[in-house]
Amino acid sequence: MERKTKVDAVDGKQEIIITREFELPINLLFKAYIEPTLVEQWMGNKVLKMESRVHGSYQFETRDDQDNILFRANGVIHEFVPNAKITRTFEMENTPFPVQLEFLEFTALANDRSKLTMHVIYKSVEDRDMMLQMPFAEGINMAHNQLEKIIGELI
Amino acid sequence: MNLRRDVFQAIADPTRRTILLLLATQSMTAGVIASNFDTARPTVSKHLQILTACELLKREQQGREIYYQLNADKMKEIADFIEPFRKLWDDRFNKLESLMKNYKST
Repeated sequence: MERKTKVDAVDGKQEIIITREFELPINLLFKAYIEPTLVEQWMGNKVLKMESRVHGSYQFETRDDQDNILFRANGVIHEFVPNAKITRTFEMENTPFPVQLEFLEFTALANDRSKLTMHVIYKSVEDRDMMLQMPFAEGINMAHNQLEKIIGELI
Repeated sequence: MNLRRDVFQAIADPTRRTILLLLATQSMTAGVIASNFDTARPTVSKHLQILTACELLKREQQGREIYYQLNADKMKEIADFIEPFRKLWDDRFNKLESLMKNYKST
């Protein structure tokens, strides 16, 4: 299978770069990032808040079928240029992972194709490596309330 | 045996992912791990067995207790440790692409 999504993580650096080309015009790619109902469908999280503007904030959440919060994350938008750029923070609540900084760049390519470059800066090399080893921590799974409490006490 | 595929299968389960996350910062006994879940203890034991079998967890005897800890080195060793992270985003972006292609045609 073709590897459409590329992840560059240079050893010893506290950043990663995720790139992906889409067979979509840039306005649709960008729309998928700002319309809450669309974000919910491809990210797989519920969107509690999504203020797509400078100084706006957003919050995602996932609950299990017993209504336990499995995952919750939030961030603040620093730069917002439609069809071009979103700069925002991303922080998973109740986890040992520190806040990270994300630079999203949307580029139009020929023939209804577009490209997304996601440049993520972590607090330290160790934080980056931990996040790469725990990909499931992001977006899918945090834990039962009790687990959140335990991890909260460890921080 | 495809070790890498086994590892992917191991982390495909939400309970097993929660166990790994729980052990990311400290080692724990099976009893303490199980107390974090509503699931029956034998079910948690089964998950621990699977995670240990594919070497994502190590067992360490301390006195009478057996502690489970994350085998971070093994996770790195297993081929390309970035691959699960890449796959997470690839899956999401594939979804985004098909979602918006349908959006376009409606």
